Amino acid sequence: MSPLFGGRTITWDQKSGAYRVELDDGFRQVIVELMEQFLELLEDPGAPVLYRLFPPAYSDPADIQHQDEYRRLMQDDLVERRRAELELVASTARQSTLTEDQLLAWSRAINSVRLALGTYLDIREEDAERVPSTAEESAYHWLNYLLEETVEALSRHT
Amino acid sequence: MSIGSRASTAPAEIQLPESGELTAADRPWKVIVWNDPINLMSYVTFVFQKLFGYSHEKAHELMLDVHYKGKAIVSHGRREKAELDVFRLHEHGLWATMEHDS
Repeated sequence: MSPLFGGRTITWDQKSGAYRVELDDGFRQVIVELMEQFLELLEDPGAPVLYRLFPPAYSDPADIQHQDEYRRLMQDDLVERRRAELELVASTARQSTLTEDQLLAWSRAINSVRLALGTYLDIREEDAERVPSTAEESAYHWLNYLLEETVEALSRHT
Repeated sequence: MSIGSRASTAPAEIQLPESGELTAADRPWKVIVWNDPINLMSYVTFVFQKLFGYSHEKAHELMLDVHYKGKAIVSHGRREKAELDVFRLHEHGLWATMEHDS
C-alpha cells in the first residue's frame, strides 16, 4: 500500500530478509542533502547548534576532572561514529532495501539531524502541534515522521 | 563481599555490599536520562529496550518517567560501566548523565 494512504514507508520483508523503503526520489534526495549538510556542520563539533549531541557525562558540573577525561577519551569516537553513520545514510538513501544494521544507523543519524535542527529552531514541549512555516521546520517535522516510521519498523520486527 | 572483588563484568543491578567496605572510588553510580523536548517517545522507548535489554513494558515505563517526572534512572554500576552506558546513550542522542548513588 502507498505510504500516502495509510501504508507504511518502511516495512520488514520476510522474503528478502531486509527492510523495504518506499520513498519518492525527491524525498531520498532530501535525505542525502540533509546528511551532507550535517556532515559539514560536524566539522566543528563545538558549534552551539550541536550542543545536544555532545552532552556532559557527569551530573555534577563540579566534577570537572571526570568530565574532561570523558571528553578526551570519548568525544572523537562519538564524532567519528556520527560521521560514519551520516555517510552510510547518504550512500544508502536511494536503496529500496536496507539491512537491520543499516536501518539502525538511519535511526541514529536521523535523530542526530533532528537534535541539531530542534536546537536551531529552539523547539519546546508545547511546539508539538506547531504548523511548520520554514524550510527548517518542514525538515524537522518530516524527519520526525521518518524516525517514527524507522522505529516502528525496527520495533515490530526485532 | 565488596564490589571490588567482583569479576570484571559488572552486573546490571548491583547489590549494595555491607556498609564500610566501599572506598569512595567504588561507590556505585547511577545513570540518569533527562527529559528534553526533541527526542521522540517511541525512539526513547526503543533505545532503552535495545541498550539495556528491557522489556517493552519496562522501557515504556522508564520513558514515561523521563517525560512526566523529568528523569529516570536507567542503570547502575561501577564508574566504568556507568560511563559506557552514558556513552551509548549519547551515541543515540539521549541526554544522559551519571552521578553517585546516594
